[in-house]
Amino acid sequence: MSVTRYHSQLRQSAAERRAETHPLTWRLRDDGARIGLDEYVGKDGYAAVREVLNRQSPDDVVATMKEANVRGRGGAGFSAGMKWSLTMKGGSIPRGYLVCNADEMEPGTFKDRLLLEQQPHLLIEGMILGAYANHSRYGYIFLRGEYVEAARAVQQALDEAREAGWLGDDIAGSGFDFDIALHTGAGRYICGEETALISSLEGKRANPRAKPPFPGQSGAWGKPTVVNNVETFCNAPAVMAHGAKWYQDLSGELSNDGGTKLFGVSGKVERTGLWELPIGTPGRELLERAGGLRDGKALKTWLPGGGSTGFLLPEHLDSALDFDTIGKLGSRLGTGLLTVVNEDQSVLSLVRNLEQFFARESCGWCTPCRDGLPWTVKLLQALERGEGERGDVELLDKLADDLGPGKTFCAHAPGAAMPLASALQYFRDEFERGVTHPPRTAHADPIPVGQI
Amino acid sequence: MNDTARTIARDGFVIEPEDRRAIEHERDHYEQPQAACIEALKIVQRRHGWVPDAAIPAIAEVLGVGPADVEGVATFYSLIFRQPVGRHVILVCDSSSCFLNDYEELRDALSAELGIGFGQTTADGRFTLLPVCCLGACDRGPTLMIDDCTYGPVAPGDVADLLEGFA
Repeated sequence: MSVTRYHSQLRQSAAERRAETHPLTWRLRDDGARIGLDEYVGKDGYAAVREVLNRQSPDDVVATMKEANVRGRGGAGFSAGMKWSLTMKGGSIPRGYLVCNADEMEPGTFKDRLLLEQQPHLLIEGMILGAYANHSRYGYIFLRGEYVEAARAVQQALDEAREAGWLGDDIAGSGFDFDIALHTGAGRYICGEETALISSLEGKRANPRAKPPFPGQSGAWGKPTVVNNVETFCNAPAVMAHGAKWYQDLSGELSNDGGTKLFGVSGKVERTGLWELPIGTPGRELLERAGGLRDGKALKTWLPGGGSTGFLLPEHLDSALDFDTIGKLGSRLGTGLLTVVNEDQSVLSLVRNLEQFFARESCGWCTPCRDGLPWTVKLLQALERGEGERGDVELLDKLADDLGPGKTFCAHAPGAAMPLASALQYFRDEFERGVTHPPRTAHADPIPVGQI
Repeated sequence: MNDTARTIARDGFVIEPEDRRAIEHERDHYEQPQAACIEALKIVQRRHGWVPDAAIPAIAEVLGVGPADVEGVATFYSLIFRQPVGRHVILVCDSSSCFLNDYEELRDALSAELGIGFGQTTADGRFTLLPVCCLGACDRGPTLMIDDCTYGPVAPGDVADLLEGFA
């Protein structure tokens, strides 16, 4: 059969990856097989846990993570150390939960899958450090249901770690106890939103919750709860083993953010894939590693980190891929996996596809998101068919604004608004070409929204 | 009507003892029993292929929660099926990277080969076709999942060969 089963793969060979420069991937094998417990421990695995739990205080861990400036790799870029410093702990406060967000569903993102399938012990080690820092009693790995191979790898690793005493009571003779269970989801992108994830973990519909209280104050079952992305936790062991300065130096002059990042490229390029590179590496280097665009096509535009980030232009390729720099360009680093669009591809159609996704995946809790997104899709479809009415493009401007930050319950609609607003800014002519009719009420009327 | 549907119509829904034990085991992983709701639905679905209406109060009873709480969850999540599905479920990624890699051609080839659209099941009960959120395999788009396996890239011309392997 000519179709191959998908297997997550890094594009850098073992010869290129070293412990000093590739903290996330240096242990990975070229054949892509899972790193088992023995191999992991043989390559300094769990050394950070043994050292930290026996010789450092939880506050030391928080301080080091803060100083290293490990910014949330799920896409929001919030400092993990800062988040951990805000968790309520001590005194009469009950020990709470530590949750790994492994609900990877951001369009164009395939990085956590690699870490989950091939190196689950690194995640477990990072979570133990996180639990120690946050005084967490119990951990959950919230894994999307479709990641079947990752579920097998994580479950095996959890069993191995528990058997070897890295989970359970008195970890590494430190007196600290912590355990982790695997929780697999049943679909729905919104589960990746921090508070929706907690609702889902509790066995409810994945509706987001109002903040405050923040999960660090009152999360799962009302207890302090820390939620971090897979890649974020995977940074913790090397940060604790080598220190904040070492981590900062990994990115050197490239960025104020510390460390490396799993970057990737998808779309019609010669060599799609994943690379671990210093955070702040420019997009141009990624595109070069990907061998440029297929069939000699020119680059039209790109998304820096998933479907909920804003479009950027070829002229932005020399900017550092870090949270602040991409933020200043009006987009977001997001997950750091580039989606590449070539000169022949329609931005209008791509935006329609993205908004269909966000409309379908809205949890339906608040009105702008539930009704605004299908309305947006309806307008985009009309423009795509060349049946738009005068005023439709301006109406899309308004919708992008009304779905923006601060106007909805969670970040889902603002995430949908960002590619829309940036596409309207940079590729307005594509939208305007679809306007052929005088203004009528058909498209200005949100109802019926029709099939999306 | 398939066997499951006949059993339910005749006897009401009964959770198999083995499944009941599995649900109770899951329940113990959490502070409150409601948390095992999604897993309970998945356990029932693994046995029957889908979650019939009559299973809802039965699951609620095992967990000690209200049927409405279980129903609310069962209708929210996309991988919980509330209608009978085929022996194999095909989940086609329709998100941006696959879209840019000609997902629409793959979708049309699947529809043509199977004679069904999204949300439908072939008359022989072999396949159900559904769209799915980004499968996280964007470096090899367009991609799809059949049962527990992800494949990619899948060209429209590969569809017939690929499906042949599933009885």
